[in-house]
Amino acid sequence: MEEERKIRVIIAKPGLNGHDRGAKIVARALRDAGMEVIYMGLRNTPEQIVETAIQEDVDVIGLSILSGAHMALVPRVLELLKENGVEDKIVLVGGIIPKVDEEKLKELGVAEIFGPGTPTDKMVEFIRRRVGEKER
Amino acid sequence: MGKDDVDVLVHSLLSGDRKALARLITLVENRPQLRREIVRRIHSYTGHAYVVGITGAPGSGKSTLVDKLTGELRARGKTVGIIAIDPTSPFTGGAILGDRIRMQSKSTDEGVFIRSMSTRGSLGGLSRAAHDAISLLDAFGKDFIIVETVGTGQAEVDIVDAAHTSIVVVTPGMGDEIQAIKAGILEIADIFVVNKADLENVDATVMALEMMLDMSDKKDWRPPIIKTIATAGVGIKELLHVIERHRAHICETNEVEKIHYRRSKVRVLDIVRSELMDRLMKELERGGELDDIIKCVVEKKTDPYSAAENIIMKLKELKRV
Repeated sequence: MEEERKIRVIIAKPGLNGHDRGAKIVARALRDAGMEVIYMGLRNTPEQIVETAIQEDVDVIGLSILSGAHMALVPRVLELLKENGVEDKIVLVGGIIPKVDEEKLKELGVAEIFGPGTPTDKMVEFIRRRVGEKER
Repeated sequence: MGKDDVDVLVHSLLSGDRKALARLITLVENRPQLRREIVRRIHSYTGHAYVVGITGAPGSGKSTLVDKLTGELRARGKTVGIIAIDPTSPFTGGAILGDRIRMQSKSTDEGVFIRSMSTRGSLGGLSRAAHDAISLLDAFGKDFIIVETVGTGQAEVDIVDAAHTSIVVVTPGMGDEIQAIKAGILEIADIFVVNKADLENVDATVMALEMMLDMSDKKDWRPPIIKTIATAGVGIKELLHVIERHRAHICETNEVEKIHYRRSKVRVLDIVRSELMDRLMKELERGGELDDIIKCVVEKKTDPYSAAENIIMKLKELKRV
């Protein structure tokens, strides 16, 4: 039997805020869509996130940030991905990100930003499409 | 991705590239046709790591124990590979793998490699890919490989096939549960850990285990019972000490050769079983024969056993791939 290829995703909360309901809901939605979700819990450093992404060989890194520290944490994650030669990972950011910062983060390499109220099937669809494109 | 790419990846793995290790584990999980090539190339480099299996009920503290045990091994200069296995949802095929949460502090330690895997519907919980992943970590050069499995049902029995030392974790207040699962855990545990030993009833749990062991006919090694409070790091040194004692025991008694024989046998037969089924199914589906045979059973033209015998006879027509 051909085993189908599973999409693997990390859901992490970098930095210091402890509000993880959104991250958990996203993790469940992705699991229900048939993905393998490595849930990293609270208070991860960018170093821990990138090393986990390497060891777990994930396709997608989902960062949930509500603390306002996204302009410090997200660029650091992107920088570490480059340093380690794994910048092909798809980086998604969820949380409250002001419009001005959205553009900057996307320029730096974030694939998409999902604000509050984003339907989870939209995320699932986005991930499937981007992972599919990467493989071709 | 072809055989040449596998060559490059295996070469990188053997020279210590963790990205190659990570990618090879993904390939043995996802690509049946490459899995064989990968294992064929690394098999002769395996057999050096000491494999410890840890199982127990959900919430008994397995991941925290693995984390603390890893810290203790690292303090002694040993490198560690960890495979944390969680169940796949039978309904969606997805999984949430959360064991890493308790091992966060180890994720940036160069001497530690942690990989989360899901059971992906494999009978027994420890999937074929997990066996292959153990081999990959072994070839990579890890001194110790810790396999943490979902602690229900058949999975507990499965880790024995891969592990040199199997640890079963229980928590206080599990008296009745111990009774309920004793048939399985008695045979597989080399060491019992009573975790959360700061809770009430810890002594009653230890006693229940001791009574179980008194009735066992395992003679040459009586599984020690270690009390731990994993979150506080209490009892971890003692646990590592008995692991080392068990290691010495299986080496002295040549049990270790039996373990390697058993593991190899289980792996080979597991591969035979699934390969046979796959190829037979392909053969049957090609001509639509399966459908005809099943219909004959429905219409009482033949019975299920005779139908199965007819299918088995098709084996002769299979060709080498």
